[in-house]
Amino acid sequence: MAETATAKRTVKFIITRQDNPEAAPYTEEFEVPYRPNMNVISALMEIQRNPVKADGTKTTPVVWESNCLEEVCGACSMVINGKPRQACSALIDKLEQPVRIAPMKTFPVVRDLVINRERMFQALKRVKAWIPIDGTYDLGPGPRMAETKRQWAYELSKCMTCGVCLEACPNVNDRSSFIGPAAISQVRLFNAHPTGEMNAHERLEALMTDGGIEGCGNSQNCVRSCPKGIPLTTSIAAINKDTTKHMFKKWFTM
Amino acid sequence: MSGNSFYTRKLHSLLGVIPLGLFLIEHALTNYSAFEGGPEKFQKSVHGLHDLPLIFFLELFFIWLPILFHGVYGLYLAFTSNLNTGRFQYGRNWAFALQRITGVLTFIFIIWHLWQIRVQVALGELTTEEFGSKMYDIMHNPAYFVLYLIGVLAATFHFSNGLWAFLVSWGITIGPRAQRISSRICMGIFVIMSVLFILSMFAFRGDEFATVSAVAASTLQLG
Repeated sequence: MAETATAKRTVKFIITRQDNPEAAPYTEEFEVPYRPNMNVISALMEIQRNPVKADGTKTTPVVWESNCLEEVCGACSMVINGKPRQACSALIDKLEQPVRIAPMKTFPVVRDLVINRERMFQALKRVKAWIPIDGTYDLGPGPRMAETKRQWAYELSKCMTCGVCLEACPNVNDRSSFIGPAAISQVRLFNAHPTGEMNAHERLEALMTDGGIEGCGNSQNCVRSCPKGIPLTTSIAAINKDTTKHMFKKWFTM
Repeated sequence: MSGNSFYTRKLHSLLGVIPLGLFLIEHALTNYSAFEGGPEKFQKSVHGLHDLPLIFFLELFFIWLPILFHGVYGLYLAFTSNLNTGRFQYGRNWAFALQRITGVLTFIFIIWHLWQIRVQVALGELTTEEFGSKMYDIMHNPAYFVLYLIGVLAATFHFSNGLWAFLVSWGITIGPRAQRISSRICMGIFVIMSVLFILSMFAFRGDEFATVSAVAASTLQLG
């Protein structure tokens, strides 16, 4: 019968684990009962409920991070079968088995699949990825944004600082201080905003210092990897244009 | 590297095209004159270049110093990059990796090539009249021929792909369509320049180049 065949089906996982930030990584194999439409998160939940390895010995539950389970929060980024992506949208039916899961090593590993994406939030602070509107009185409504501009700017606003683009980038590593694609695209977003534009030069200048936009080597893995389909390389090239113009403007007006 | 790497990187990108890329094009054309018109035409091209006024300063500021800076800083940039073509086998990622690999190869090749030709001229061991016969000797050594082939292909690829990256880094080609078209044009430049260099490599193997120094010497005597 089809039902018994389905009930017996299992999914194999090879998971790279690490007990603490300083510990050496190791792999463990798991065999999880198959359920229709399962994703990597539901498989990890199954391992959490029953932390037994494929060889039958007990182990500690695998630790991971996840929140929204609908690919908008960016928390469950991990390397699945060699590619960095969101675990919640990684459907088992579409993955080659055994499924190999590892943390995104570009970031400091906290434990197992949990990484520390602090550098991404620091990068957003560094480029001032916000719009300053605070004042002592009501400033009234800001200037309007053209609908055509709003449409492409909205695509950039989908960034969830998941870190996949940094993991894919060959120039984001411990030998380079490159800020990574995400923050550069956010500069384009906030510089496109009619009120944010008033502080455009501050964001450009932040990218014109060590570890700024010059770190991009145009491998373009970021745009291929972004789970939200953000045109990261277009953003980088557009900001290349803006920083180049800003450089000449500064040279000839100072 | 000290200072602000934004400007260092911009200078690195600019020097790769102007003057180094322009010099590579000039070099390809000078060599190609050996294929088009044999020893006489090649000799004329070489003399035309070496007769330029202020040739020492032209070489210093438009070739030696830019190569030194572009090469040394390029080695540092290659060192700060990871190659992850095993994980991401996209064309552009391969071009990224090859840009760094061909950069290192080109730098080594240029040092060797300068030693063989330019340094020997400076030491008085070689004259510009003997370039043809010197190339005849080099191209008839099978190992040298292969090394020159690798060096020339590395240099032309590094320039052509670097030109593509230059257009992105300076914000000239922004959208995916513009970058796709410029990529095709740059790969066209790679093919054309490689063909020019390879044809001249075969031209230097011709017997007429073996005696070019003798011909030059006899015309000198006649003159």
